[in-house]
Amino acid sequence: MRRFTFHRLWAIVLKEFIQMKRDRVTFGMMVGIPLMQLLMFGFAINSDPRHLPAAVRAADQGPFARTLIQALRTSDYFVLVREAATEDEAQRLLQLGDVQFVINIPEDFSRKLLRGERPSVLIEADATDPAATGPALAAVNALAGTIFNRDLPGPLARLQAKAGPVDFRIHAHYNPENITQYNVVPGLMGVVLTMTMVVITALAITRERERGTMENLLATPVRPFEVMVGKILPYIAVGYIQVSLILLAASFIFHVPMVGSLPLLYAVSLIFIAANLAVGITFSTLAKNQLQAVQMAFFFFLPSILLSGFMFPFRGMPPWAQAVGSCLPNTHFLRIVRGILLKGNGLAEIAPEIWPLLLFLAIAMTIGVKRYRQTLD
Amino acid sequence: MSVTDLAIDVTGVTKRFDGKTVVDAIDLSVRRGEIYGFLGPNGSGKTTFIRMLCGLLTPDAGTGTCLGYDLLTQQAEIKRHVGYMTQKFSYYEDLSIRENLDFIARIYAVPDRAAAVQHSLERLGLQNRSAQLAGQLSGGWKQRLALAACLIHQPQLLLLDEPTAGVDPKARREFWDEIHQLAANGLTVLITTHYMDEAERCHRLAYIAYGHLLTRGTLEEVLSAAKLTTWTVTGPGLRELAAALRDRDGVEQVVAFGNMLHVSGRDAARLDATIATVRRPEHEWTRIRSGLEDVFISLMGDAKDNFS
Repeated sequence: MRRFTFHRLWAIVLKEFIQMKRDRVTFGMMVGIPLMQLLMFGFAINSDPRHLPAAVRAADQGPFARTLIQALRTSDYFVLVREAATEDEAQRLLQLGDVQFVINIPEDFSRKLLRGERPSVLIEADATDPAATGPALAAVNALAGTIFNRDLPGPLARLQAKAGPVDFRIHAHYNPENITQYNVVPGLMGVVLTMTMVVITALAITRERERGTMENLLATPVRPFEVMVGKILPYIAVGYIQVSLILLAASFIFHVPMVGSLPLLYAVSLIFIAANLAVGITFSTLAKNQLQAVQMAFFFFLPSILLSGFMFPFRGMPPWAQAVGSCLPNTHFLRIVRGILLKGNGLAEIAPEIWPLLLFLAIAMTIGVKRYRQTLD
Repeated sequence: MSVTDLAIDVTGVTKRFDGKTVVDAIDLSVRRGEIYGFLGPNGSGKTTFIRMLCGLLTPDAGTGTCLGYDLLTQQAEIKRHVGYMTQKFSYYEDLSIRENLDFIARIYAVPDRAAAVQHSLERLGLQNRSAQLAGQLSGGWKQRLALAACLIHQPQLLLLDEPTAGVDPKARREFWDEIHQLAANGLTVLITTHYMDEAERCHRLAYIAYGHLLTRGTLEEVLSAAKLTTWTVTGPGLRELAAALRDRDGVEQVVAFGNMLHVSGRDAARLDATIATVRRPEHEWTRIRSGLEDVFISLMGDAKDNFS
């Protein structure tokens, strides 16, 4: 009896295949998840992000200034989307995250250039994500040497000094030392919450159904709304414990600066936690068993890491991936957390990221409650 | 009989799933304080019917009341006064016995909860195990816990869906003693079972197959209404005898019980005529009162003819 026999092995293999075939959702996920990973890793992710939005504050509109701007544009790294009239306006664009860079051309730019005084051009960068700004800034420095080769011919060629005719000064805002942890640790908050909150609620109701306790629960006078909210509330507390743990670690272990208001961060976290719990509840009404629920949660989790701007620069992704990313709550929450902690953003600055969260919460909750009601009868 | 004497009074209750009629126009009235046995083969619609009674499912047709509350519009009230014990153990296996009882008591807002939980632990002899996790209990103890839990809010009607499936005979007997005790105190009990000895412990019975109610009444009424004649035969060569009798005129059932055959049919004259052709001196034939099982199998054969 101890001898290996092929027919016993084959019996198990056949049985597994039959069960696999029966669980369509699981099978679909097994095909769907690698496909999604292929698409995301293959096409969406780009560690050398180009076409980053930049604003120009040009006090000098002369031909040399235009050449400079043209050169930046053709470098492929910058898309000049805005003109900022004042320093304040430029700062605000950076703070809101509307632009990644502000390029300041001083008013005596042309004059100084011709005099060989190496005029300085200040490039201000939103460096919360060093990975997003790094390649572009490296490209700028490479440009500096060759930018005016055509504009400064003949006798003026002497101005093509070895150090370059223009002195690019880079001011990395919010994260001047380009410390990756400043970006990653606050971002982790969104990732950790997405992972645990969705899985936990996806399992919470599926488990009741799978173990048969749901029937009993439904036979009592308890209302669907009471069940749902009753299941969500404890995990909101869990979510806040996670938020606090990450904040403590961010502060004491990684020394992440915390410029903005923590109460504001805690308040906004509630929307994000609730949104994820609602997704979980919706999954749990769709999933037939706990395995499916976990897979659905994973299906949601993957793009929440890869397309949200957590791991890879959001602006480095193609438009379709950015569109998918914009539908995910984590994308908006990451901007909120980084905005509050690193940039000191207040409610007014994060408002554009709050309403997508609220919209997402409303949609997920509606689907969840609708589906839940139907399964009662 | 006044309406208030009836715990369950429904007519024409029907439920369809995906166009398939699972429960077809069932009428049922159960008096208060009565133990009503609900029998039928697997998949006959017993569970679906019970779920409609306790407000878990909405009937597609039919009207009636449960404890005086309307079946269609007052499901919330019904849920408050009914104790429902599901077929599968459906309390939390990762909660202790006491925690399970406490949870249910909270849901029903039982007054003086701590005392109610303690009382129910004591009455069912669970007090020494109150800290044990429900998942670690044996089948019999799980069943006791489930009974305690569905009694904790002092319901007026108990719906028990195959409560003794997989429970040993001693525990089953104790369970039934408890049920009779509860009924004596005025609780109405509707219970489904596959065990004939349990059916005989009910005050009244109903038999349902393929969604239809086939017979109902007291044990005596059900037996006499069936008009079934049953003979037993002992002696040598029973296997050959059974083969010779099967499918013969007037013979509906030939069932082996150890060293004995039961031969039944509804037409006594035709059955006797057929038996006369196979009678041999070494066999001892005795006419007996038909058992419930014989009656139900005979009814089921009929139902198949009508609905297949």
